[in-house]
Amino acid sequence: MTWKQVFTSSIGKKLVMGLTGLFLISFLIVHVGLNACIWVPDHGETFNKGANFMGTMILVRIIEVGLFLGILLHVYQGYLLTAQNNSRRSQNYTAGYGNKGSSWYSRSMGLLGTLILLFLIMHIYHFWTPSRLGGMWGIHELGEADYNNGAVHIHNLYGEMIQVFQNPVVVILYVLGCLSLAYHLAHGFHSAFRTMGLHNRRYAKMIRNFGYGFSIVVCLAFAMMPVSIYFGWVK
Amino acid sequence: MEHYNMNLTLKVWRQKNEKEKGHFETYSVPGISSEMSFLEMFDVLNERLINEGKEPIAFDHDCREGICGACSMHINGKAHGPWAGTTTCQLHMRAFKDGDTIVVEPWRANAFPVIKDLVTDRSALDRIIAAGGYISVNTGNAVDGNSLPVEKDKADTAFAAAACIGCGACVAACKNSSAMLFTGAKVSHLALLPQGNPERKTRVVNMIAQMDKEGFGSCTFTMECEAACPKEISVNNIARLNAEYMRAAFTAEETMG
Repeated sequence: MTWKQVFTSSIGKKLVMGLTGLFLISFLIVHVGLNACIWVPDHGETFNKGANFMGTMILVRIIEVGLFLGILLHVYQGYLLTAQNNSRRSQNYTAGYGNKGSSWYSRSMGLLGTLILLFLIMHIYHFWTPSRLGGMWGIHELGEADYNNGAVHIHNLYGEMIQVFQNPVVVILYVLGCLSLAYHLAHGFHSAFRTMGLHNRRYAKMIRNFGYGFSIVVCLAFAMMPVSIYFGWVK
Repeated sequence: MEHYNMNLTLKVWRQKNEKEKGHFETYSVPGISSEMSFLEMFDVLNERLINEGKEPIAFDHDCREGICGACSMHINGKAHGPWAGTTTCQLHMRAFKDGDTIVVEPWRANAFPVIKDLVTDRSALDRIIAAGGYISVNTGNAVDGNSLPVEKDKADTAFAAAACIGCGACVAACKNSSAMLFTGAKVSHLALLPQGNPERKTRVVNMIAQMDKEGFGSCTFTMECEAACPKEISVNNIARLNAEYMRAAFTAEETMG
């Protein structure tokens, strides 16, 4: 059996989805942790320093390339699998599926993933592009902030957040993006472990409950960021 | 439960053969007893159709006691109808009320082409079994009883998986038309027992290869299959199948499979 056979089999394809999904989840933990620094009441100093560290540290930048590759692979494989799976039933049922056994979000991973992708494009445009490519090709540049009595001179990403989240439409779109992510993770988290072969019932139950908790806590924290900026809870 | 009679409207999928396009035909079926099974209701209707000189509705059935896996009707949007853990033949008319309209369709999956009316070709499942869902044993004297110790827990889990009757309801209910619950049950019941051990790796690799070749979808763990399964096979068997597949795929030599 060759590696190609392994990763092009139906289980192998799902394994790619599960592994890239869990890798992207590990990124979310770092992202939510760092972003939570906006709630430190120091006018964004902790957050800006943290963001600057992530933006300038070479190892993080290398992992960032892996992150983009992970996203691309997850999206590409996801659409491929969704299209393949949808093509397995040319003639659909007239009386719709019963849903006594499945949740709507577990059946809508492709749709939720698409919403997250759309959100991601907007999100990258809002923050990643100006902070990484600002000044090039006429892309709007981030402001600067001085800390440690002028010794530290770094990007003011915090100021950019405050500015972006003054627009109520953007805030609503971000909250909807987080909601899509929450439902995507509520299924994706435990499903990834099942795909990797977790069949001990005790652990499967534990992972499922942890997955629900994880998706609620992380996505709620993310959603509260634009909300608390819009309502002026952080300044 | 009290006995009652009911008048029903049936919308049944009629299709001459694999090539021709099918359509729904509506039948009014009066005087059906709540004691009848769903298939007996079809017998009554078919007798009437034969008397009227019309073509009776073709449907699969054999044992009519819920153990053969032949009956296969998608009733009101549910594989094997509204009752949990029940085959179509064991579904009784007391599940319905007087005046109900019941929509009956064949299993829908490209891997299960319609042969006629409600009868589908499910030999794809047989070919998955033929690819490895068995153990090779030498003929000769039977081995002594209890010479192969099996843990009670594993024996029970293997038995629960072996309860699969191969009806294909899992495929019919899955939004991806995936046969992973079927294959998972077949792989699990042998992987859990010592007799299944010698061919453990080749079995799972070959069965998955055949499953993919037959055009079934992949599993996204919506768990609709478990809810539809008349034998209530657990999706845990799919997770075990994944583990078995990885165990084989990541340790196998290139020549295997």
